Amino acid sequence: MSEDVQKTDNAKGKYVLKTDRATMQFGGLKAVDGLDLAIEQGEIFGLIGPNGAGKTTVFNILTGVYEPTEGDIFVDDKLINGLKPYQISRLGVSRTFQNIRLFPSMSVLENVVTACHRHANQNMFDAIFRLPKYFRDEEEHKEFALELLEIFGLKKYAETGGTSLPYGKQRRLEIVRALATKPRILLLDEPAAGMNPSEQEDLTDLIREIRDKFDLTILLVEHNMRVVMGVCERIRVVDYGKSIAMGTPDQIKNDPKVIEAYLGD
Amino acid sequence: MNNTWIKSLIGGVIMFGLLYVVSLMMSKAGLFGFGIDDYSSRLLHFIIINIILATSLNLINGYTGQFSIGHAGFMAIGAYASAYFTVTYGTAIETAISGETGGLLSTSIVLLIAVAIGALAAAIAGLIVGIPSLRLKGDYLAIATLGFAEIIRIVILNIDAVGGATGYQVPGYANFLWIGFFAVATVVIIHNIVRSDMGRALISIREDELAAEAMGVNTTRYKVISFVISSAFAGVAGVLFAHYNKFLSTNDFQFIKSFEVIIMIVIGGMGSMTGAILGAIIVTLLPELLRQLPDITVPGLGVVKFADLRLVIFALILILTMIFRPQGLFGNREFGLSWIMRPRTAPEGTEAVGGVEGVPIAEDIKAKHLASEEDEKK
Repeated sequence: MSEDVQKTDNAKGKYVLKTDRATMQFGGLKAVDGLDLAIEQGEIFGLIGPNGAGKTTVFNILTGVYEPTEGDIFVDDKLINGLKPYQISRLGVSRTFQNIRLFPSMSVLENVVTACHRHANQNMFDAIFRLPKYFRDEEEHKEFALELLEIFGLKKYAETGGTSLPYGKQRRLEIVRALATKPRILLLDEPAAGMNPSEQEDLTDLIREIRDKFDLTILLVEHNMRVVMGVCERIRVVDYGKSIAMGTPDQIKNDPKVIEAYLGD
Repeated sequence: MNNTWIKSLIGGVIMFGLLYVVSLMMSKAGLFGFGIDDYSSRLLHFIIINIILATSLNLINGYTGQFSIGHAGFMAIGAYASAYFTVTYGTAIETAISGETGGLLSTSIVLLIAVAIGALAAAIAGLIVGIPSLRLKGDYLAIATLGFAEIIRIVILNIDAVGGATGYQVPGYANFLWIGFFAVATVVIIHNIVRSDMGRALISIREDELAAEAMGVNTTRYKVISFVISSAFAGVAGVLFAHYNKFLSTNDFQFIKSFEVIIMIVIGGMGSMTGAILGAIIVTLLPELLRQLPDITVPGLGVVKFADLRLVIFALILILTMIFRPQGLFGNREFGLSWIMRPRTAPEGTEAVGGVEGVPIAEDIKAKHLASEEDEKK
């Protein structure tokens, strides 16, 4: 298969997220062209590239928003081509959005509790007749959500409207919401977009922290070099939908192809 | 947990006490000399049936955010399916139960079966209409549901077994207590659905479908479920309407009826339970109240009979409401104890921008701004 695989064949762990020659074609444009990714259990993997390189499209085929026109995608060893986003979410893959997509009319707490849907243990009849199971389940979700908010320093805003938080905190809340689905793999789409340098630094620490605390594998699609270089263990660079480089932050920094893609000839 | 049960029990007893008192007042004898005349009584019945329609439509339109305007169609299905049942088997079942017709027990049993049939028929119709239509969004969904509702009406119009264009005589099994019971049940059931995991899933679809899906919500399935539940309750309203009105005509289920229900929830506030109830009351009551407008002599025009202009005035009131409160009277909030006792102070910290509705942060900022201006002057 690909260079990722060859390079890490001897390494620990197994691949939790893998693409095999994934291609996404929109009419005549190949937004993603034969991309191979292999992300190991527990690593923080960066996917970077200049504007319009196809990063977000990769993200969308991984999360089921698009079905790849060619190639395969695996979560663990399960083929997920053509699965709906909610089905992929149930496999333990959770995501955030580039342009924040919180539920506007909900409070911070409600935003998080809504994401507990995946492991809800109540059905419609428990809810309609307010059976003990309903109360137990609601209590559990609320506690779990508050715990998460506490970890991210958002507990005091629990009753505030989600979208009335300042920008950086909204990004945090989106991560909390993604974590509330109890994922194994977390996909972050440009989490540093629109953040100032100090917020970016907080973010890098945060990403590392949540990986350790929740035992996650993280795929980061990012534009911001400071964040990517600071936090990612391996980086894949794409341009025009094709992979152009792969390696550790240091290798990437000095790769002539990457420099060319970003700065031109 | 027990607390909630006791509360709902007390609430239920009070509710039915109230309904019982009102139903006694509606009887010929009245209650201690207080009676409700036939006209008001009829209006009250329609208000309560409309509450069922409005709260059920609110589930799909207000909470799930799928704009359906075919509610009258499902109401018609419920009405005609149950009416066909009661006309055909009603007396037979009654005599089988108590040996005579008109007894309280036997009529109630027939009505309950009729409601079950009407709800089921409307739910099935909802499922059949919902699965293809709910793939559509926004205006397209609205047009599709409107189309289906008209199809349903035209089909019924052409079934001779239920009277066709001449109308359909239906026995009057529904009394005020039962209508009230079903209204309360509808409100409670929909309230409980909305405040549960399923309700949050529905609201998340309204708020951001893509995000909802990413959080593991099977959006298609939940849209269809809420559409089916909504249709089933429209069916219940249809059953009650049929067996109270004692006469059905497809004219009662034209698209104007669907729009009436839409107006109720838009006026009250989409996504607000209390809003839908208030909307149902206003839209049913207001045109009737406007009948009592006086004749006024306007110079140059002579005597203007404002009562004749009641629908124009009603429309004007609706337009003005939409201009000044486009989100409806209650927005998507609820009117109740918790609203009255809502916090009126800003949350801790100075970071919350915009703030929550009803929190006077803006004034705070204004005060600071004024203070700094004064400093500059000095």
